[in-house]
Amino acid sequence: MSTIEEQGTSLWQDAWIKLSKNYLALFGLAIIVLLCVVSVLTPWIAPYGYEEQNLLLGATSPSAQHWLGTDIFGRDMLTRIMYGGRVSLTVGFIATAVALVIGVLWGAIAGFVGGRVDAVMMRIVDIMYALPFMIFIVLLMVVFGRNILLLFGAIGAVEWLTMARIVRGQVMALRKQEFVEAAHSLGLSQWTIIRRHIIPNTLGPVIVYTTLTIPSVMLLEAFLSFLGLGIQPPQSSWGLLINYGVETMEEFPWLLIFPGVTLSLTLFALNFLGDGLRDALDPRTSKD
Amino acid sequence: MALLEVNGLKVYFHTRNGVVKAVDDVSFTVDRGETLAIVGESGSGKSVTCYSLLDLLPKPPAKIEGGTALFDGEDLLRCGAKRMRHYRGNDIAVVFQDPMTSLNPYISIGEQLIEPLIYHPDNQRKQSREDARARAIELLVEVGIINPQARFDCYPHEFSGGMRQRVMIAMALINEPRLLICDEPTTALDVTIQAQILELIKKLQQTRDVAVIFISHDLGVVAGIADKVLVMCEGTIREAGDTDAIFYHSQNDYTKKLLNAIPEGAKTLPSRLQADNLLVEVTNLKTHFIDHSKAGRQHKVIKAVDGVSLAIQRGEILGLVGESGSGKSTLGRSILQLAPTTAGQVSFDGNPLTGLDSKQMVPWRRKMQMIFQDPYASLNPRMTVYQTLAEPLLYHGLANSKNIEQQVRQLMDDVGLAHGQMRKYPHEFSGGQRQRIAIGRAIATKPELIIADEPVSALDVTIQAQILDLILDLVERHNLTMLFISHDLSVVRCISDRVMVMNKGVIIEQGDTETLWKNPQQAYTQQLLKAIPIADPRLERSRLSNL
Repeated sequence: MSTIEEQGTSLWQDAWIKLSKNYLALFGLAIIVLLCVVSVLTPWIAPYGYEEQNLLLGATSPSAQHWLGTDIFGRDMLTRIMYGGRVSLTVGFIATAVALVIGVLWGAIAGFVGGRVDAVMMRIVDIMYALPFMIFIVLLMVVFGRNILLLFGAIGAVEWLTMARIVRGQVMALRKQEFVEAAHSLGLSQWTIIRRHIIPNTLGPVIVYTTLTIPSVMLLEAFLSFLGLGIQPPQSSWGLLINYGVETMEEFPWLLIFPGVTLSLTLFALNFLGDGLRDALDPRTSKD
Repeated sequence: MALLEVNGLKVYFHTRNGVVKAVDDVSFTVDRGETLAIVGESGSGKSVTCYSLLDLLPKPPAKIEGGTALFDGEDLLRCGAKRMRHYRGNDIAVVFQDPMTSLNPYISIGEQLIEPLIYHPDNQRKQSREDARARAIELLVEVGIINPQARFDCYPHEFSGGMRQRVMIAMALINEPRLLICDEPTTALDVTIQAQILELIKKLQQTRDVAVIFISHDLGVVAGIADKVLVMCEGTIREAGDTDAIFYHSQNDYTKKLLNAIPEGAKTLPSRLQADNLLVEVTNLKTHFIDHSKAGRQHKVIKAVDGVSLAIQRGEILGLVGESGSGKSTLGRSILQLAPTTAGQVSFDGNPLTGLDSKQMVPWRRKMQMIFQDPYASLNPRMTVYQTLAEPLLYHGLANSKNIEQQVRQLMDDVGLAHGQMRKYPHEFSGGQRQRIAIGRAIATKPELIIADEPVSALDVTIQAQILDLILDLVERHNLTMLFISHDLSVVRCISDRVMVMNKGVIIEQGDTETLWKNPQQAYTQQLLKAIPIADPRLERSRLSNL
């Protein structure tokens, strides 16, 4: 089967050619890459330490020393946002990846096999939906203790539900298509059919939903951290910064504005990139 | 003065890939009591022409670039939206192709019928509910709905396709239009129903003295119903004239090509049947489904295939005809074990296939392949021609990474595709070329049996002729045995050695093609054969008057 794959890279090559002509998507990609590079290099390039307090300074508005101002403990906001990006981006990407893998596989199998398997798998999804999220997380924390990996797992384990439903719906429609029946009549195994004929054709909605999941995961992390279940101060994340910013919005608006702008920028970039990818991966859109 | 006079109509589509001249300088006239047929293949602009008259095209991308369309002296193309609403449904009505989707499933048909009477914005004949109801019931009687009082409150799903098309026609007629546009009104219907609907349209046109524009790709249908014919291709008129003149004395190459492409007559190639060499044997096969769509606890069992026995000899082309819902497709899929069978046996080359699980089926899958109806749905849109054709070869180990490319080229030669198109995706091909790709995939594993399920039904008539030639050629060169499933009796006649007629899940008659054609035994077969339209106006008129 490897030969097909080697020859089959053309879908991705085509996608790259098309993406490189979509300036909005390229802009999005550039922003994401920039954010990732900055996050990786933060310990070396950050102007201050992330827990470096200056209580005498207190909250000051942006100045030459502190470009984005300082928070109520006199900590540099730029530094806090840079360190926060490390956490937020990691949570965003890893938890979404977890959700993506589980959700797509679960949905594809349920939708493709159908019948009782589908019924059982989707009832499990329903039960998970019905389970109060808070209780689920608290339970995990109690059993496993507080752990950043657990955080990824817990968020991922909640976010995949919707993904599974979307993919299942797509697959049920695809399953009836004649090209899938043709694959059956060629004698391809179920798994090969799912992998080669079903999943690639669900890419469009999956990509769009993924770009929506990443920011929502980042906010979920903030919510958990706010409850004391996620990241703990003095560590920071964008979500946490925004939460604190909201509390002091009236006196020190820059504490809300700058993390907010950063998160929005990421969100825009992801959406542009997602739309671009969806079009680029659809062979029906023209290459020129 | 003619009722409708179209002059120099130009409709262009402004798309991302440039301007498409969908209709380019088209002129024609239609008078009261006259039927004008517009014939052409898909993409010829025949529907766009008519929809532009009623301003039913999406704008953009469509733009009317020029011309006039005088209806009773007023130009429809420049009359403005308000005036257009007055014309639509009132003076000019449309019957659409698909009766399944052109009725609202949530509103009873009676309610939909009286809608234009009660709600049409500037209806002089605006009337009370009771009067409207009485009027609608009158019309239902006229279009041949039995027991209209009771049927008035029924919902569309309670009607069959033919009955729905009758309702659609009643709906079009309710405001007594002077021009009726029928856009392929019988294409989605079975041949026996088609004959009834055509007869109805003809009768209504005569009694009501309306003008009819009849859009169709089927020259047989046109022959019987039209007074004048307009042949369109690529947005332009290729030929126009009286029906007889077009059919008997055509001067135009394209018209001649269309007429020549109509399948008629018997198979000309000799049968390659090898007697006493049984390839497929089916005994008492039953495939039943449970219909989950009905609410409540009692599931209705649909007996799609209900006790079929048949034998396919090596080398023959066996035709299987039947109307929609007769179970012919399910039978084909059941033989290939693609549909779960309920009872009975299928054996291939002496080996029983029923009861094998999907793993045990794999070696047999290689030897029997399927060609599907819709070349748009039967190819994975995300796989290139190369990937589609290479997949079966690599999966069954018939090629390795060294000779795969050469093997795919060979397959492309076999089905008449240029090598340069190897890396293209399905959407870059026309319907006929896609069907060639699908056929290439089916013969890739060098199968012995091919089941072709309506392989040419979605194709234009000239393309259809080419694909049929290709199929015959491949059967010859690759020693194939074929089960050819179709609702189109003329196609089946010109390709098969032997024919089976299927109705309601059982085979009611079978025999040598020509013998069966000349001397059908069952009443159903006789009725079916009588309903086939003939692309010869004189014969077709006499056929219709004898029905």
